[in-house]
Amino acid sequence: MASSTVSRVRRHLPTSPWLFAAPGLLVVGVFVLYPFVSTLVNAFTDRRTLIPGRFVGLANFRELLHDDMFWIGLRNSALYVLGVVPALVLLPLLLALLVQKNIPGIGFFRSAFYTPVVASIVVVGLIWVWLLDERGLVNSLLETIGVGRVGFLSDQWLLLLSAMAVTVWKGLGYYMIIYLAALANVPRELHEAAAVDGAGAVRRFLTVTVPAVRSTMVLVGALSSVAAFKVFSEVYLMAGPDGGPAGEDTTLVMLVQRTGTGLTGRVGYASAMSVVVFVVTVGLMLLVLRADRKEEA
Amino acid sequence: MSVLEKVRPVRTPAAAREPRATDEHGRRIRVWELALRYLLLLAVLALTVGPFLWQLSTSLKGPTEDIFSSPPKFLPGDPTLHNYQRVADTIPVWDYAFNSLKVAAANVVTNCVGSALAGYALARLRYRGRRVATLVFILAMLVPVEGIIIAQFTTMRELGLNNTLIGVVLPGCIGAMNVLLMRNAFLNLPHEIEEAAYVDGANAWQRFLRIALPSVKGTLAVVAIFAFMGAWDDFLWPLIVLSDPSKFTLTIGLNYLHGTFANDERVVAAGTVIAVAPLIALFACLQRYFFRGVGEGAVKG
Repeated sequence: MASSTVSRVRRHLPTSPWLFAAPGLLVVGVFVLYPFVSTLVNAFTDRRTLIPGRFVGLANFRELLHDDMFWIGLRNSALYVLGVVPALVLLPLLLALLVQKNIPGIGFFRSAFYTPVVASIVVVGLIWVWLLDERGLVNSLLETIGVGRVGFLSDQWLLLLSAMAVTVWKGLGYYMIIYLAALANVPRELHEAAAVDGAGAVRRFLTVTVPAVRSTMVLVGALSSVAAFKVFSEVYLMAGPDGGPAGEDTTLVMLVQRTGTGLTGRVGYASAMSVVVFVVTVGLMLLVLRADRKEEA
Repeated sequence: MSVLEKVRPVRTPAAAREPRATDEHGRRIRVWELALRYLLLLAVLALTVGPFLWQLSTSLKGPTEDIFSSPPKFLPGDPTLHNYQRVADTIPVWDYAFNSLKVAAANVVTNCVGSALAGYALARLRYRGRRVATLVFILAMLVPVEGIIIAQFTTMRELGLNNTLIGVVLPGCIGAMNVLLMRNAFLNLPHEIEEAAYVDGANAWQRFLRIALPSVKGTLAVVAIFAFMGAWDDFLWPLIVLSDPSKFTLTIGLNYLHGTFANDERVVAAGTVIAVAPLIALFACLQRYFFRGVGEGAVKG
């Protein structure tokens, strides 16, 4: 009996590849693709956490248009992209140039600059809440040099700016590594030719380095803009679950989380917001890729 | 080939390995430029690592020491571990750390096993529907987690796994990204190494386990590291799925500690040090895997 089963398995080997892929397909299907489809479906229902929903057509989307909180969330997430992306495209490139040269101890510096990437976002958020506190280190340094204390975490706009600074701070090392890999592929002849022509460091950066890593800059732009639009943890930790003074610092994903969870969560309405998150995310990707193609042409 | 000729190429790299400051073209760097570089490096170092050290310093300051002084005091006057005791008195921090460890360990095992198996199936096995299977993983990789998190939450409720550590692990337990990483690793292996085994009658499982898998240990290590870090650091999903404080992971516990103990920064600081120290230690041990492919080649100069 047993031996015949074994031989049957051997003869029908073509089925075994599916056994290899099955766990992965199952997990991805149940926890990614099914939720994706059900988000799209739920967006057109009034489903709540404990109450199955009825089809309501575009009612959720119509409600979004009149929901002040939604517009605040959308505004803050969009501002986040505008604030964070230029910094994350440029600063890590400069940092990569700084750590590119093989000087003694450079390995230590590279690893050290990567530490904020390794640390969990909650730790990073809480560290910066303390640093930017009314009585924290940054303010006591500012007071020592005579500037006076600044309410980084109490003013609506300063809070958003502070959160952006933290996002940039945490992302520096990650994008630095991506740029390092790209810089390794820049042909040295280009630099040498430019140097022979008498180009200084700044000029060589603009005429040789930037064009050579341009496609990497586009990639970093795409990755960081998508991530910035979906920001949650930094703002949640620094502004609190309700999004700072009068909720003015709420981001779109914070709003999704707040609306759709808990026993009374409005799953349908939160799903409609999630659809906006999808659409904008895909839109950002297409925008960046299109800008890339235009420049190439 | 004489012995001398064999020896010579060994000596040259040995000489080149001596500490020598060169730019990416192998030229020496001038002293003032070198000094400027180190100055900048130290400035960035202070900016990136300084906040962690400040947090560590705060966590070691005693209850009588003024942590709000201006100008700030960078070193604790009378270092004490008292605050770590107080974290443990406020929240079951060691239980939370153990929960995080369980979640992270489970995530490492499932991701390594699951994505190696699926990656092998996508790269090395021939069957109808392989392209479709690959497409499924590519599509899954493109779906932003933040956009489906509410539906994941309702799915988890339907499965009755809400508020369990299994529920925390499941959605990310085989990441589509990891599957594609493993697929690429297997694709890069030369076919010849498996052909011999195939001729000898080894079936797919034997070829996978004995031949292919040992050749992709590097990628597997990368998957393991990122699976561990991802699970240990995750915040949004555990925040949504866990409601019972006794089941919290460390990140959610810290958020809770911050909420209830916001008035004593020493205690919160001690909590963050507990959460971040294992990761920094892990990173320090495994850092060469983080810079794989980057440290080699032109960067080394």
